[in-house]
Amino acid sequence: MDIQKRASAGTMESSDAYIEIEPGNGALQIQIESVVEKQFGQAIRVAVEDVLKGYGVDNASVHVVDRGALECVIRARVETAVLRGKGEA
Amino acid sequence: MNKLVKSIKEAIQLAGLKDGMTVSFHHHLRNGDYVLNMVMDEIAGLGIRDLTVNASSLFDVHLPLIDHIKNKVVTSVAADYIAAGLGKAFSIGIMDNPVQFRTHGGRPSDIAQGKTPIDVAFIAAPSADVMGNCSGKYGKSACGSLGYAFADAMYAKKVVVITDNLMPYPMEGWSISEDYIDYVVEVDAIGDPKGIVSGTTKITRDPVGLVMASHAAKVIEASGLLKDGFSFQTGAGGASLAAAKFLKDIMLEKNIKGSFGLGGITGYMVDMLKAGCFRSLLDVQCFDLDAVESIKNDPRHQEISAMQYASPTSRSAAVDSLDVVILGATEIDTDFNINVHTDSNGYIMGGSGGHSDTAAGAKLSMIIAPMFRARLPIVTDKVTCISTPGKDIDVLVTQGGIAVNPNKVELRQRLADAGLPVVDIMELKEKTERITGRPDRLPKGDRVVAEVISRYGDIQDKIYNVVE
Repeated sequence: MDIQKRASAGTMESSDAYIEIEPGNGALQIQIESVVEKQFGQAIRVAVEDVLKGYGVDNASVHVVDRGALECVIRARVETAVLRGKGEA
Repeated sequence: MNKLVKSIKEAIQLAGLKDGMTVSFHHHLRNGDYVLNMVMDEIAGLGIRDLTVNASSLFDVHLPLIDHIKNKVVTSVAADYIAAGLGKAFSIGIMDNPVQFRTHGGRPSDIAQGKTPIDVAFIAAPSADVMGNCSGKYGKSACGSLGYAFADAMYAKKVVVITDNLMPYPMEGWSISEDYIDYVVEVDAIGDPKGIVSGTTKITRDPVGLVMASHAAKVIEASGLLKDGFSFQTGAGGASLAAAKFLKDIMLEKNIKGSFGLGGITGYMVDMLKAGCFRSLLDVQCFDLDAVESIKNDPRHQEISAMQYASPTSRSAAVDSLDVVILGATEIDTDFNINVHTDSNGYIMGGSGGHSDTAAGAKLSMIIAPMFRARLPIVTDKVTCISTPGKDIDVLVTQGGIAVNPNKVELRQRLADAGLPVVDIMELKEKTERITGRPDRLPKGDRVVAEVISRYGDIQDKIYNVVE
């Protein structure tokens, strides 16, 4: 499923995450910055990939700025960004 | 006799400062302090090198110290607390010798016993007379108490008072007296008032913080210690202040007349004094303008030295008479050891200050902390650094339950009987990790960048460099 337009979700507040998504160049690119990179870097990547996979997103550029969000928050923010990018939210 | 000299430079020369000596500073001007930087710049200009800086605390206003370390003007640093900006520089290893961290009680104890001799002490004095009698209570740079400077003044070989409010001899209401002072220097400004004291610190409105604060006050109520003569210390953090507010309400409602409030003093403690919750405040450092005004005007609000506050080798110290202290933590492990030296990535961003001293002295030492901050659980298997040993910590209050040190059987029973949500600390850790996930352990550096010296003088833990 393709991302139609550039979209974002979330905030830069502590304990939240800010997600930007835009149409890709034929592949999925995920870039993650996190204040808890050392402790949860891998877990965040797995969660983001899981949500994208669930929506069949395989051609997009995704930028995650994590400010120490819980996994449920990261998942919700990514989901919202995807739906906005598809014009469904 | 004339102690007044023209410049800081002249005072340094007259004091005989030479390569390899130790200079000392106190931190009542906090992040507004100009004195340490002014003095160190003059010392560097004189070509003196290889110095030890012994400061009661260092703030990020002191970042120019990094250049003096790089240029080998300073090769060793001792402090009780180091703020995050400077802390990061030490953590990545800018200095060959490890930083020596002490506690607010251990520092004056070691100075008094001659373990850490000071060659020249520099006292930043918001007011002083020409013979060196000085006080923090008056002047444009007023900071209130000068508590941490007493040991430096009393035991250093030479003592220089630096003031921006020179008064005719004798000034009224001095704290440190002329008999300890060698030289007096007048400068335009010793600090920036905006950085010296904060405005009124606000209590938290965060619902999690309020739940913790409410629990904290109920723990004190249920502990059996809250009765006439009660004594109390709390920090300046939002949740700690909220706990003080809830405690004040309980004390007023039950008409409990406490004896003293201790520590770094905030406007909230001043409110409790005025409301009759305490007979006295014992003040080693003022945190805000209300505290400065109070110590200046209210004789019940009394200045104490760091020795009287917390030294383990004083004939007695106020912490030994303390009933309850509320403290913070960046990490606590399942043995109740506390870390307040490093952040969750291992960078130095604090220090014990009076944490260990009050925890050791108080009958009830309580940590207030949220279950997690920015996804990082507060309870860990093993803290990155032991700032205060677990044997001195009695209870951890979080929004997800209250964990009692297993060595406090009676306290645990009292809290349970009062209907408070007592949990095992292992249970609390697991409960938190179900929400946050389990964090990966940080890689540990291979070089010691700081030694944490307990209040009794032994090396309690070591802090390693951060691998970036």
